[in-house]
Amino acid sequence: MMNHNVYIFIFVAGIVSTIIRVLPMTLFRKPIENQFIRSFLYYVPYVTLAVMTFPAILSATQSVISGWIALAIGLVTSYKGLSMFKVAVICCVAVYICELVII
Amino acid sequence: MNLKYKDTKKQAFNNGIKDGFPIALGYFAVSFSLGILGKEAGFLPHQGFINSILSHASAGEYIVYTLFAAGATYVEIAVMTLVANARYLLMSTALSQRIHPDTSMIHRILVGFGVTDEIFAISIRQPGYLNPFYSYGAVAIALPSWAMGTALGIMVGNILPDRLISAFSVALYGMFLACIIPEAEKNKVVAGSIVVSFILSFLASALPYTKDISSGTRTIILTIAIASVVAILFPHEVANDES
Repeated sequence: MMNHNVYIFIFVAGIVSTIIRVLPMTLFRKPIENQFIRSFLYYVPYVTLAVMTFPAILSATQSVISGWIALAIGLVTSYKGLSMFKVAVICCVAVYICELVII
Repeated sequence: MNLKYKDTKKQAFNNGIKDGFPIALGYFAVSFSLGILGKEAGFLPHQGFINSILSHASAGEYIVYTLFAAGATYVEIAVMTLVANARYLLMSTALSQRIHPDTSMIHRILVGFGVTDEIFAISIRQPGYLNPFYSYGAVAIALPSWAMGTALGIMVGNILPDRLISAFSVALYGMFLACIIPEAEKNKVVAGSIVVSFILSFLASALPYTKDISSGTRTIILTIAIASVVAILFPHEVANDES
């Protein structure tokens, strides 16, 4: 096991998060011109969140089946335009009900 | 000075609190599930609280917990935080166009610090120049709720039955999906990118060699590779005032 200081770990993440948020606000008073960087930055959140969601969602729950159901319901409810909060709650409820039935 | 904004500082702050209230409720539930993850990674309640105040980003904090549990290095956490939160570069850039040119550096820094998906969404909706005190109001109610939810998740998450923990653990993934799918509905390239990301992420976690790479590093490599290729093949045209 690596033995890192948890506070330094939190601090590094906090500093990087803060720089990301604050730097554009203080530097970019004009739109970024570079087409590639603009496009890359535009696609990054979708790609990275998708990579983090799947297949991790399948092993987050007690059963792979409830993971699949949460994914399917999450996809449908987000597609229908429900708010982030509602989507999250509906996924949780779906997993709970599913696992009541199958476990 | 008074002519910059329609509302006074106090009015703007109160409006921010009002609009931030539903966000605070949602944050509490989601950060509670983050806290359960934090508990599993060995974090104490006050450590989760500090992490939530400093990072206040679901994906970013998720990475802190999973990478710490996996024994990642400080460099890995820095790079992964950058990758996971890169969207804030865009949001902050978009929001910077809505800040009055005379606004002082300290206000720019504070508004920037408060940027989250939801705070950005309500801030960019404000007509005219954004009054920094509107953001402060929203952050003042949403951020403590987010941090207390995390701490509470760490404190009582482990006395909850397995069934409930299992159910709560998908809240974040639900939130991630709600972040990405609405745009996929409007933009076929985004939809295609998400499908490709799902497939490659699955393959990378299952195939020999790549499955031995830590999940954090896999996410960095896949994100940079996929987003670069998509950006080259399908350059995205953005109107300057698009939000």
